[in-house]
Amino acid sequence: MKKLAVLLLVALVIPLIVSCNSDRPVVYVCNWGEYISDGLDDSMDVNREFEERTGIKVVYDNFTSNEDLYAKLKAGGTQYDIIIPSDYMVERLIAEGLVQKINFDNIPNYVNILDEYKNLPFDPNNEYSVPYNVGMVGLIYNTKEVEGVPDSWEILWDQKYSGKILNFKNPRDAFAIAQFALGLNINSTDTKDWDAAAIKLVEQKPLLQMFVMDEVFNKMETGEAILAPYYAGDYFTMAENNPDLAFVYPKEGTNRFVDSICIPANAKNKENAEKYINFLLESDVALANAEYIYYASPNKTVVENPDYLLYQDEITYPSQEVMANTQSFTHLPNELIEYMNRLWSDILMK
Amino acid sequence: MKTFSKIYMITVFLFLYAPIMVMVVFSFNGINSTGLFQGFSFRWYEELFQNRAVLNALKNSLILAVLSSLISTVLGTLAAVGINRMRHSWIKGPTMMLTDIPMMNPDIVTGISMMLLFVFVGKFVLGGNSIMGFWSLLIAHTTFNLPYVIMSILPKLRQMDPKLTEAAMDLGCTPAKAFVKVVLPFISSGVIAGMMMAFTLSLDDFVISYFVNGSNFQTLPILIYAMTKKRVRPTINALSTIIFTVVLILLIITNAVQSRGEKKNIKKKGIRQ
Amino acid sequence: MKKYESFPVSPVEKKRRRKRERQAALITSPYLLWMIIFTLIPMIFVVYYAFTDATGAFTINNVKGLLGLEKETQNVIQSGTFIRLDFVKIFWRSMWYGAVATVVCLLIAYPVAYFVSQMRENRQQIIITLVMLPMWMNFILRTYALMKMLEDTGIINTAFTKLGLPVIHMINTPFAVILGMVYNFLPYMVLPIYSVMSKMDYSLIEAAQDLGCNRMRVFTKVILPLSMGGVVSGITMVFVPSVSTFYISQKLGGGTNEMIGDVIERTFLTETNYNVGAAISLVLMILIFICMAVMNRFSEDESQGGSIIV
Repeated sequence: MKKLAVLLLVALVIPLIVSCNSDRPVVYVCNWGEYISDGLDDSMDVNREFEERTGIKVVYDNFTSNEDLYAKLKAGGTQYDIIIPSDYMVERLIAEGLVQKINFDNIPNYVNILDEYKNLPFDPNNEYSVPYNVGMVGLIYNTKEVEGVPDSWEILWDQKYSGKILNFKNPRDAFAIAQFALGLNINSTDTKDWDAAAIKLVEQKPLLQMFVMDEVFNKMETGEAILAPYYAGDYFTMAENNPDLAFVYPKEGTNRFVDSICIPANAKNKENAEKYINFLLESDVALANAEYIYYASPNKTVVENPDYLLYQDEITYPSQEVMANTQSFTHLPNELIEYMNRLWSDILMK
Repeated sequence: MKTFSKIYMITVFLFLYAPIMVMVVFSFNGINSTGLFQGFSFRWYEELFQNRAVLNALKNSLILAVLSSLISTVLGTLAAVGINRMRHSWIKGPTMMLTDIPMMNPDIVTGISMMLLFVFVGKFVLGGNSIMGFWSLLIAHTTFNLPYVIMSILPKLRQMDPKLTEAAMDLGCTPAKAFVKVVLPFISSGVIAGMMMAFTLSLDDFVISYFVNGSNFQTLPILIYAMTKKRVRPTINALSTIIFTVVLILLIITNAVQSRGEKKNIKKKGIRQ
Repeated sequence: MKKYESFPVSPVEKKRRRKRERQAALITSPYLLWMIIFTLIPMIFVVYYAFTDATGAFTINNVKGLLGLEKETQNVIQSGTFIRLDFVKIFWRSMWYGAVATVVCLLIAYPVAYFVSQMRENRQQIIITLVMLPMWMNFILRTYALMKMLEDTGIINTAFTKLGLPVIHMINTPFAVILGMVYNFLPYMVLPIYSVMSKMDYSLIEAAQDLGCNRMRVFTKVILPLSMGGVVSGITMVFVPSVSTFYISQKLGGGTNEMIGDVIERTFLTETNYNVGAAISLVLMILIFICMAVMNRFSEDESQGGSIIV
């Protein structure tokens, strides 16, 4: 028995040591979970494909939120070559010097990016980031339980649905819902606006079933909850499981976010990273990712491809009218973030 | 009394295993959901075996759990014996306080404070070489395992008559031999309990691992928590179900082998339990 | 411990004792070294953060802010109070939930440990592994499964409805949170108690029975004191981590039954405010130390073993 245990141990450790000793060129990638086509159901395994086309090994890791990623980068213990944070975090990383400029000469496929996703406010001169995915927040509701089409965020404050309503668990997204309902700017620098939104959220709290992130899938699919703000792309996978669910962009406007590819300041394999970015912008790769993730693609070749699963889909690529009504998060001044966090903390503890 | 104990044990095991059964059921889900069950399929099992990332993370997690539980058991057993012997020493109080800290800190505090230590060491001691990765994970896991090992061995040692060791040494045993021949067999149930807890804790840790992990050693919990940005796929249920079944089968085999061995013994030597 | 010292000690005995202590220190030293480097030094980082501000200057405002002693920390949601009652409330709630979960675990685990220790020796190991096995499944999946069972549209309530019983609201209540804690920490109570009970000196029990003790008295006078060491270990291993737990209260409590672990996690991650986060966890740590010290005072009277902590 003991011998067996030792043998097992040796068998476990040897591959570990061996795998450490290779001189192949590598690229260390850190992405959101489930945010790249992984080869299942006959899709493209993007990382393997990259390895085959370039001979560069991909070491792949995941992060769980923009803030987690920030904490790790700030401490400086990691050595990623590619990260994919969201817009406001890109802005913060640029401001704090945690990401470096990309050499766009090495990324010829950048021409594939739609013009509307160039010169975005978080990276006005297109130096540090390349857009990867675009998402929009909307209202998901259960058509069996909710009467009519809820075209306003105000329905999340409707007594009638008390105990069946969900809201985001992270402060920025939750505040945005209240701000849209009140017709405020989501990037307002006036603390009075944030106070108003906070009061609105306190009013909502007794009606809420819970603050959610990933639980939203289970809660909405089983009918445990019937109203939730969430991302358009994720609505599709919920509707697949529960056809009673519907999606709408409320009239007050909504939040649009752009997750963008960046290279951390301490990256060791910058050239490989640029090759990887260029590869992600290839039309077939971008198409595979767009069809896997269900979020909107900023890639011209995908959007204009009639074979694309979500070609001209109204939810993923809404009308100009809806788009004009969207706002994106910008990086707020640190004092204001602190102020917002404090309000949020008090709302939760109330 | 006998029937009462049986009913009681069955009830407790129902409580422990009901959620596990729910988890197993969802591994056969026809759709991509861990909340809604529709249709029966093996698709998540098929997917599991094609999924390099999950299999690799599983391998990493197992390596880490086995090694860290072994190291912490060895260190912890020695420490427990030592602590138990410190009857009058001033050092005992501080040692025990130190033992409590990893248990007491929320994981996030342990995780971030260890991350700061490793970054610090990497920057100022190793001249900018990051040690974050396998080694930092192993150290962190061993550290948070240690208190549990010590806590499960100490009461066992306290139960033991210290004169037993002395008697062994009087009979000519070296202290090391006395430890192996006398102490270790007595405390073995505590040692095994401690090692099992250590293995369990290590296998399931997310928060601390997340922060002390560099960029090249992804464990299963990190992979699974990252999935919560979108949804946790039933692939993970399938994986858990397989682990569960394998362990269960091993246990049944062990049980069968042992009880057969017992019967043989009874026949051969006429020994009765 | 005093009573031992009061006896006159012979020089030979003294020498022997000193040697013992030296040996003890020697075999503990690798562990001590390890803990100093990997626990004490990181703790110094925590203390440093707790008493500095974002610029690194010394301050006690983090701790003060926790108590709401600063006027400027008040806002529309929280105003007019001298002490931030919410923090006190949450600390209290965490301690309270932790205590209830620990007591429930103890009540469930003690008989389990006893029954297992009565089984054939090789079966014991198997049963104990079976107690631990559910915890080898991923935490998120276990919590999802518990959620699925407790929801209004969940398994238990669906069964109730089918039987014509009314729906019992369980999810997002304190009950669900405590149930989740009991579920996750139960094995950590069973194992130490079991390990003390196995190979317990049963001649003592027999002696007590021979001397005419009834079952109750055998239990309170013999079995309980003999197993006290394991009970104390178990309480420590359940109470301490359950006070600082976070994920369970978010998923099963719906975010309305916040615990201090949630607050600390949020302060560190969402707010990336290490200073205040460190201050809260220091306060938590002190509170837990006090609780453990109190418990040890009580348990010392009952057990012959003496204290485990401090």
